[in-house]
Amino acid sequence: MSDLTLTVMRLGFLAVLWLFVIVAVQVIRSDLFGTKVNPRSSRRAAGTPVQTAPGNGRAAQPTQTAPAQPRQRRGAPTQLVVVQGSLAGTTVALQGQTITLGRAHDSTIVLDDDYASSRHARIYPDQTGQWTVEDLGSTNGTYLDRQRLTVPTPLQPGMPIRIGRTVIELRK
Amino acid sequence: MSTFDLSSSHSDSGRRSGDPRGRSGIRPRRRENTTITPQGTPNRRNTELAMLAFAVVLPIFAYANVGLAMDKKLPGGMLAYGAGMGTLALVAHLAMRRFAPYADPLLLPLGTLLNGLGLVMIWRLDKAGKLLRGNFPAAANQLMWSGLGIALFIGVIVLLKDHRILQRYTYISMAVALVLLAAPAFFPSRAEDFGAKIWIRFGSFSFQPGEFAKIILTVFFSGYLMVKRDALALASRRFMGLYLPRGRDLGPIIVVWLLSILILVFETDLGTSFLFFGLFVVMLYVATERTSWIVFGLLMSIGGAAVVATSEPHVKTRIDAWLDPMAAFAPKPPPGSTEQIGQTLMAFGSGGVTGSGLGQGRSWLIQFAAKSDFILGSFGEELGLTGMMAIFLLYALLVQRGLRTAVAARDPFGKLLAVGLSSAFALQVFVVAGGVTGLIPLTGMTMPFLAQGGSSVVANWALIALLLKISDSARRPSAEPTQATPS
Repeated sequence: MSDLTLTVMRLGFLAVLWLFVIVAVQVIRSDLFGTKVNPRSSRRAAGTPVQTAPGNGRAAQPTQTAPAQPRQRRGAPTQLVVVQGSLAGTTVALQGQTITLGRAHDSTIVLDDDYASSRHARIYPDQTGQWTVEDLGSTNGTYLDRQRLTVPTPLQPGMPIRIGRTVIELRK
Repeated sequence: MSTFDLSSSHSDSGRRSGDPRGRSGIRPRRRENTTITPQGTPNRRNTELAMLAFAVVLPIFAYANVGLAMDKKLPGGMLAYGAGMGTLALVAHLAMRRFAPYADPLLLPLGTLLNGLGLVMIWRLDKAGKLLRGNFPAAANQLMWSGLGIALFIGVIVLLKDHRILQRYTYISMAVALVLLAAPAFFPSRAEDFGAKIWIRFGSFSFQPGEFAKIILTVFFSGYLMVKRDALALASRRFMGLYLPRGRDLGPIIVVWLLSILILVFETDLGTSFLFFGLFVVMLYVATERTSWIVFGLLMSIGGAAVVATSEPHVKTRIDAWLDPMAAFAPKPPPGSTEQIGQTLMAFGSGGVTGSGLGQGRSWLIQFAAKSDFILGSFGEELGLTGMMAIFLLYALLVQRGLRTAVAARDPFGKLLAVGLSSAFALQVFVVAGGVTGLIPLTGMTMPFLAQGGSSVVANWALIALLLKISDSARRPSAEPTQATPS
């Protein structure tokens, strides 16, 4: 095998190795530019899952079909937002699923809060599709406004649900 | 489409009231907090498949290159080897498609590429046949271990439904990790171990428990710090710009420090000791957001290492070899000195900028450990600075994907676990690469994925699988529909 071939292979291998690195960085780029950063204080931004491309638009992926949202009544909440506590800013899309809250690690929202019970409360749509909050026998109670919950209670968007130091509300 | 929180894991620290219990002052932090909404398609499996194909083809190219350089013909097993690697990668990919469809697209290809490059280099050193102390063919063995690693990878991907299940085993994992760490100290020392006692041997089978302890200990640290971080972050006094923790809150860090010192004394392994202490300090910092932990950690590790280095002869030899790597070539070498560091530095030097080319170096001249601890020296000689930089970038990308997973994770435990796993990986790369290039004293750890060593390959594949599971749950576009009724 001639020296020339070996030299070409040597440099070629280095080039291909670097090509891999560069392609990998390109994949990461789409991760960086394919996201939208919302200020957390902005209610509007948090309320609407934006699907459009960001300002630069270069690396944005084609928009993806949102998970099919069952068409609900007008004014039905679409999102559950943690507004206070260590998880402030976390949102969960409401898609007809039961949302469990508590310190148990398999809860939908895992509360890292000394005043929460492991299975503290759940939020679910009742037969009519009305979102309802129910306390699951927690030690320190679930509060809607200032009222401690004793029975499953229907929820309106914007009503603060307080569990320990965490405050949660539904939003449209 | 749901959003996940960039800074939820540390927004606790907004409460810095004088009240040490920190209960009264509940103020949301005034800093501009943000949320990140992924916009692109969350499922990146096709990207992963393409990258994976690239990652399998590249080592085959290297394999052909070695064969042409050493035997003047294409190596016979090239297709079989390629098919083997390709099948393993494909099976792993299919498992991902089925069980972790939203996970990060880069972690698997990066691991595959590093593993493949390591296999080629080990095979190439097998062919050299001139290692001074017994050249056992190791490539076939390493391929088998890689297969086992991928099998464990698939096992974790398939069987671990949710990484949060691991949180249940916080204290069990502490016990298991301590047993794994302590075990080698009780096995008789053997000449083949070259001083460091980090192996467990059953007959001809040997395994390095530290590699698995790394993962299990991270699980413990995440579970523990998730519960305790409020106490560790809030109860502190401010002094000269640093938050000084209360004396009793220093307990855990002192315990881990003592343990790592014990490892250093009884197993005489600087690397393992540094890895575990460093891992704990990093996770403590991430969990509490207090710079003071890093300052304490650095002071404690420097102090501990200084004391042990002066008293323990094996560690002292390593430090001397680091301070003067060429001393072993002197006419009257100091007792116990090793030529390897000097030889490795020469290998890097002879590699230069573009290297000697695969199969054309003389790295078998580095003695017995050329395939394991010093494999970076072989890469440095044959691929040169250019190749080494690419390899380090591959490691950096892998760690970056891990940290990115931590940022995206929606539960505090997952965040800490992802940070811990990627920092453990990063620390290990730093310890090995730093040792081989003469930046820090040499230790007995292996380069993840590249170096020969069954435990290392298997454990690191498990680590990647855990990161992918966390990544999958973090990037999943919506909450799991219809939870089971609360029990």
